Amino acid sequence: MLPLSCIVYLVSCILYLASCILFPVQAHALDVPKVQGYVNDYADMISPSAKAQLESELKNFEQTDSTQIVILTIPSLKGEAIEDFGIKVAESWKVGQKGKDNGIIFIAAKQDRKMRVEVGRGLEGSLTDLMTGRIIDLVVKPRFKRGDFDGGFIAGVTALIDASRGEFKAEGDRRVKRRDTSSRFMTFLIFGAFVILFLGSISRILGGAAGAIGLPAMVYMAFASVGPVMLIILAAGGLIMGLLLPILFSSGGHHRGGGFLPGGGYYGTGGGGFGGGSDFGGFSGGGGGFGGGGASGDW
Amino acid sequence: MKKCFYILLTVLIMFTSSCGYNTMQANEEAVKAAWGDVEASYQRRSDLIPNLVEVVKAYAKHEKETLTAVTEARAKVGTIQMSKGMLEDPKAFTQFQAAQGALSSALSRLMVVVEKYPDLKANQNFQDLQHQLEGTENRINVARVRYNKSVETFNTSIRIFPNSLTNNMLLHLKLKEPFKAEAGAEKAPQVKF
Repeated sequence: MLPLSCIVYLVSCILYLASCILFPVQAHALDVPKVQGYVNDYADMISPSAKAQLESELKNFEQTDSTQIVILTIPSLKGEAIEDFGIKVAESWKVGQKGKDNGIIFIAAKQDRKMRVEVGRGLEGSLTDLMTGRIIDLVVKPRFKRGDFDGGFIAGVTALIDASRGEFKAEGDRRVKRRDTSSRFMTFLIFGAFVILFLGSISRILGGAAGAIGLPAMVYMAFASVGPVMLIILAAGGLIMGLLLPILFSSGGHHRGGGFLPGGGYYGTGGGGFGGGSDFGGFSGGGGGFGGGGASGDW
Repeated sequence: MKKCFYILLTVLIMFTSSCGYNTMQANEEAVKAAWGDVEASYQRRSDLIPNLVEVVKAYAKHEKETLTAVTEARAKVGTIQMSKGMLEDPKAFTQFQAAQGALSSALSRLMVVVEKYPDLKANQNFQDLQHQLEGTENRINVARVRYNKSVETFNTSIRIFPNSLTNNMLLHLKLKEPFKAEAGAEKAPQVKF
């Protein structure tokens, strides 16, 4: 019973990890276009020079304030409400930093003559629906009405930047996804420690072998990017752990909690292997959350 | 004796990690968090209404009936006690949804009436309230969709096989109520200028 469910458990974990790698983002109906950069002009509304200006302005703003503002233009909504489309884009692009939720998406649908500014949760305090609505009505709309899309986007972005400046500060580096991986790894580790304890209580050699194979395997599954040298070191560590853990437990009597601390030490060593996984040519959303804040308008 | 203890511990750990004990509780917390957002956005709408009514009153004195309907619907929403068990009680949940639905339709009627008063529509205060109301309706919508998704995940997680066993023996979690689509009443008021 034990080996079977153990295998099932491990296999499902491997499958889960594999699916995370193979299918990162699921596509929806009226598909959300891919994020290419700060300006995603799928409807050809913005001239190249204005696009370059917007790109550099938004890049600078992200560097100082960490707030991400992204522009998206689409030819048509194909009958969908712009609010529904907006939240779909927001959920798939995850603009803004994780934990700060400081993303803004400025969407314009050319044929529908509709626009929307989707505001991340962290910015709802300074960019209230009211504020965003005023920017749309008073800054962008008059320019769009004249057909001056470049001017509208530039003035709108400037207003959005002014309204949200100072709300957040950029930090040295982004820490993304780290917590998720390590908490899963901890579960693995505790689970592995119990298996070792169990096997070690039957036979010392069995426990040592389980440790030597188990620990590197677990680290490999959790972080994937571990070198062979690291794996050998881990195997040695696992062997020692597999031999020591059962002894610690059988001689330590009722003092159980302390025995797991050596395991905690290994958890720090594998952490250096992964950096930010940006796969959109230099730009990617940082995992910011949206709650439907913002405003819509037309021209 | 000791061996027995280790076996028991190992089995226990395997049990909790593969039989959904943790997953189900995490899913329930997700439902609660999503519900918090729903409640907050409905509350936000309730808070906006007095201002809206005041502004409209100043321009549209003859629309007493519509305004009273909105105020009454809001008062009715306020009387519904939101208890912890509400999400598991279909009756209480339907009541809540009906009250909020009534407020939604009262509001959309008010917004239709407003069309007759160009001065009011041009008023900056009113335009601001308009944006806030639209924003709030959108938030309600988003919060409800997310709540329903989390309920779906949770309900599935307590009903599928090994989890249902764990739930019956240990957790005793109950199915949560999702929002149901209502014919017309729950649609956000369509306001056009």
